[in-house]
Order: sequence, then C-alpha cells, then structure tokens
Amino acid sequence: MKKYIQDLQVVNKMILSKEYYLLELSSNQPLPEVLPGQFAEVEITGSDTTFLRRPLSVHDVDYDKNTISFLVQIVGKATKHLANIEVGKTLNVIFPLGKGFELINNSENALLIGGGCGIAPLLYLARHLKKQGVKVSTLIGVRRSSQLIELDNYKKYGEVLITTEDGSEGTKGYVVNHPVFENLKQFKKIYTCGPEVMMKAIAKRANEAGVDCEVSLENMMACGIGACLCCVTETTEGNKCVCTEGPVFNIHNLKWQI
Amino acid sequence: MADLKVNIGRLELKNPVLTASGTFGYGEEFADFIDLNRLGGIIVKGTTLHHREGNAYPRMAETPSGMLNAVGLQNKGVDYFIEHIYPRIKHYDSAIIVNVSGSIVEDYVATAEKLASLDKIPAIELNISCPNVKEGGMAFGTSCPGAKSVISAVRKVYPGSLMVKLSPNVTNIVDIAKVAEDEGADSVSLINTLLGMAVNAETRRPVLSTITGGLSGPAIKPVALRMVWQVYNAVKIPIIGLGGIMNATDAIEFFLAGATAIQIGTANFIDPQVTIKVIDGVNEYLDRHNIKSVKELTGSLIV
Ligand SMILES: Cc1cc2nc3c(=O)[nH]c(=O)nc-3n(C[C@H](O)[C@H](O)[C@H](O)COP(=O)(O)OP(=O)(O)OC[C@H]3O[C@@H](n4cnc5c(N)ncnc54)[C@H](O)[C@@H]3O)c2cc1C
Ligand SMILES: Cc1cc2nc3c(=O)[nH]c(=O)nc-3n(C[C@H](O)[C@H](O)[C@H](O)COP(=O)(O)O)c2cc1C
Ligand code: FES
Repeated sequence: MKKYIQDLQVVNKMILSKEYYLLELSSNQPLPEVLPGQFAEVEITGSDTTFLRRPLSVHDVDYDKNTISFLVQIVGKATKHLANIEVGKTLNVIFPLGKGFELINNSENALLIGGGCGIAPLLYLARHLKKQGVKVSTLIGVRRSSQLIELDNYKKYGEVLITTEDGSEGTKGYVVNHPVFENLKQFKKIYTCGPEVMMKAIAKRANEAGVDCEVSLENMMACGIGACLCCVTETTEGNKCVCTEGPVFNIHNLKWQI
Repeated sequence: MADLKVNIGRLELKNPVLTASGTFGYGEEFADFIDLNRLGGIIVKGTTLHHREGNAYPRMAETPSGMLNAVGLQNKGVDYFIEHIYPRIKHYDSAIIVNVSGSIVEDYVATAEKLASLDKIPAIELNISCPNVKEGGMAFGTSCPGAKSVISAVRKVYPGSLMVKLSPNVTNIVDIAKVAEDEGADSVSLINTLLGMAVNAETRRPVLSTITGGLSGPAIKPVALRMVWQVYNAVKIPIIGLGGIMNATDAIEFFLAGATAIQIGTANFIDPQVTIKVIDGVNEYLDRHNIKSVKELTGSLIV
C-alpha cells in the first residue's frame, strides 16, 4: 500500500480521562484507504526531549468528514507533549503503515480484547467487522473503572464486556478471568491488543480452545517503514519487522511459549 | 543552479548527498516519499557473506538528540542480495553502493568478489567496525594492523571504487585513515556509530538486548565534524562525512571541515524526505554565496 507523508490539522481534541485523550486530524486531500490495525508515525515537534517520531494506531477514520483519529495514553514525554497541542495546529504524519487485521466474514462471531490503550485499534476493526456482518463482542480490561473510556462508541458495534483489576466494574480480575473465556469456541476469531503479558495469556487460551487469534504488537520503532530493522519480533520464519510485516501477527507465526 | 557534481576517487556522483548504510534499507522503502533518482548515491544495508539474523530485540533506545541501535547486521547475505534485491534496484539513476561487513578477512574478500561482477554497483563501502572473530572480537577498524589486513585483501580483488568506513571508537582516527589511504582505498567514510549504552532506572536493566549499542543522530555531530577535520588535514583521498546530519546547514558544515560528500542516516527516520531537502538546500546555499561548484567548499573552513 502506498504510504503518505502529510501535514494533518488537529480539528478536535478530547480529554477522555487523566491519562487518555483523542486527537482527530483532518487532511486537505482525500484520505487514502486505511485498514483496521494499521498505524501512523507522528512527528513530535517543539519538544526538546524527544527525537524520533511516535507510532500510534489508527483509532478511527471518518471518510465523510475526511478525518483520522488517534487514541493516546500519556506514558512519557511525547504523549504528554502531544496532549497539549492546540486545535488548528498541524502534525506531520506518515501513514498508513503496516499490515492490518485479517477480517472474517458474515454471521461469524469475533471477540475483540483490548487491555489499556490496546483498545485503540479495535474500534476501527469493530466497525469493519460489523460491516462484514460479523457479530462483535468487545472485552475491555483496565485496572479501575475510572480508566474506562469511549464505551458508547464500542457499543455501537456489539456487546461490550468489562474486567477491572480492582473489581470496581464488570468482572474482577484480568481479561482472561472473564466468563467469556469459558466458552471461547463460540468465536471464529479473537483479535487482541494490549500489554504483551495479557496477549500471551489470551494466546494460550485461544490456542487451547483451537480458536484463531491475531495479536497487535507494540515493539519500539525508530522508522516505522522497514528501514532500520529495530522493531523485529521472532517468528517461525526468523526475525520480522513489526512495522512492515505486522503490527498484527497470527499467534501461530510467533515463537511465543504458550 | 550551482554545480553539485563531485568525484569520489574514480566515481563521479551527480551530487554529494548519499544515504547512510542501515538507515535507508535498499532505497525502495523510501520510494513513496522521494524520487530516488535524485540522490547522489544510495548505500544499502550492511551485507555479509552469509545470512545473519541480527541481535535479539530490543534493538533501539531513544537518547537525547539521538538513538542507540543494536541491529547486529541483520541481512539475508550477499547471494540473496544479488539474486533478489539487485535486480529491483539497479535501474535507479543514482550510485548504488553496497556496505560490506564480515568477521573474518576471507568473508570480506568473498563478498567483495561477488559484488565486483555487478555492473550497476560502482563502489563498495567496507564497514570495518565489526568484531574480528579470529582476533578475539576486536574490531578490524580499531587497530592499524586489523584495518590493513582487510583493506589490502579486498583491494586485491575489488577493481571498483573502494570506500572504507571508519569507526570513531579509536584513540586516533587519523592513523586508521592513513592506513586506508596507503592500502589503496579510494575514499574514507566517517563516522560510524559511537559505542554507547542506555539504562532503565525503574527496571534496573539495560534497554538494549546487547547492553551496549551504537549512538547516532545529532548527538554525535560535533565528534564527527572534529574527526572529518583531523582526517582532512592528514590524507589526500576524499572524505565522505556523516554523523548527525539533519539539514543542509549541517551538510555544509561537513564540507567546510573537509568532506567531499556526505551521508544522511538517522535523519531519514524522522523525515523520509530529508535527503531531497538537503540537496536543494545545498544548492540554495551555493547560489546565495555565489559559489559555482560544491567542490569549492571542501575544506574551505576559515581558520
Ligand atoms: C504499532 C504501534 C501502535 C501503537 N498505538 C498506540 C496508540 O494507539 N495509542 C497509544 O497511546 N500508544 C500507542 N503505541 C505506543 C506508543 O507509541 C508509545 O506509548 C509512545 O511511543 C510513548 O512515547 P513517550 O515519549 O510518551 O514515552 P517515552 O518517554 O518514550 O517512554 C515511556 C514509556 O513508554 C513505553 N514506550 C515507549 N515507546 C514505546 C513504544 N514504541 N511501544 C510501546 N511502549 C513504548 C516504554 O515502556 C517507556 O518506558 C503504539 C505503539 C506501536 C509500536
Ligand atoms: C539502525 C542503524 C543501522 C545501521 N547499520 C549500519 C550498517 O549496517 N553498516 C554501517 O556501516 N553502518 C550502519 N549504521 C551506521 C550509520 O550508517 C551511520 O554511520 C551512523 O548512524 C551515523 O550517521 P547518522 O548520525 O547520520 O545516523 C547504522 C545506523 C543505524 C542508526
Ligand atoms: S521501525 Fe524501523 S524497521 Fe521497523
């Protein structure tokens, strides 16, 4: 897929919680086709402490408004700096990057599982799956209920299940403690993004149940376009760049001990 | 429009802007962003005789004004390059140069011999910063006898333009540059990455899988400029300068310090169009200062 480098204008910034915010950017050219699971490399200007671009998953694309949005969690220098950007300013963005999720087809069930900021790529995925006639269930795992964001958006595409580590909402515990894991076979496929420990636990259960499973990795990246070879993960065919061969991988192609 | 042509030994480049090995893939990765035909040269990924998987992840750490990498020369080997990659990139109208690495002299020689048969590869760049396994892991590029052994052996089998890329991790880079000149190198490229390290205070662990790695980016520019200047004053062969070049002004600084051409590395990650901006910016600088040819800039530092 052709990659673009564009100055996108911030048309909307929404502070969702202490840690999360949403940036909606618009282009002065028609946005290219973007697939669910793809990401962008965003330039961070005006910050003395960051040097490289930052990878962010495509959270949603609205072709009517010609906007693309990103859901960002403040974890460090760049994500904090970006949180202060004003509406009207532009960001230089390289996109769409990587390969997306492999979609399944009509009348099948899909389970989407997001941990923390891992929910970011799942909204756009849910939208595409629903359009294909897939029945979508989204399981969101967070530490405490105050971290639950955008639930109404996910509910547009199917049921939303919740786990919190402190039990303040939904099932208490980690995502794999949710009762839905007792009947995984009802799903044709599981899609997940979040902390690696969470994805490995899910991959193990999916593997045991014989359910197909794709994970979206967040390896450290320098270029995002396959030029530096910094972002590799071990696969059954040797080291592969997460930025070009991923970020989405089928668990059978990874060398995870599950 | 000033004259941007430069000569690197027997090789003429249409302009003095090349891409640094390991930061520009095989060029193709950037085809959506720039016209590759405009580049003076493309120095492709470090290539070894045999396939290498490289180091374990994590391979990268961001540092103040730079980054550390520990890629470890991941590549599919020279035969794969010749069979699968070369046919895809040979039509570009810019000099395609292969960066060659090895851990024993025989590997460098065998790789260079294979590349010598390709008519669209006018030059190779020897990366002598790799550990010499026969001499217990000491890099060829950090001792004069080590550098001499590789350069003289490759020079015997390689008739094209021979560039030698020097490591800055030495007491005196001038000594190694002189060895390169004496052994028949057409030019020297400097600098490769500086050995560095990053630590995660919270986890109390090193950030890189290899603990130490190579520092690149603007953080190393003053060191690189100093080395270009020292080497310029000691050898006659052309110097290709690199290390932290982010824009045309940085490039001009390297020309003034003694470089005939320059390479752009890490900057490509932040702006994949930076090479073209540097070419245009150098041209604009020359016009503004009424300088007819970029060659006039080389070493013209006023001291
Ligand atoms: C393909 C991909 C998609 C991503 N999508 C999103 C997204 O949609 N929303 C979002 O908020 N974040 C996303 N991330 C993670 C995001 O890139 C990092 O959180 C960000 O780069 C941190 O920058 P910083 O300067 O704020 O943090 P830093 O100050 O650089 O680091 C703070 C901490 O953040 C973690 N971190 C830093 N860089 C990365 C990284 N590249 N990947 C994972 N963790 C990192 C490290 O643990 C580090 O200690 C994605 C990462 C990848 C690779
Ligand atoms: C990710 C990465 C990979 C590199 N791989 C190679 C390599 O294979 N061979 C080599 O000679 N130099 C390699 N280098 C060094 C660069 O070519 C260059 O010498 C160095 O980065 C300094 O220039 P810069 O500051 O412009 O990046 C690599 C650098 C980086 C950042
Ligand atoms: S981030 Fe550079 S190759 Fe993937």
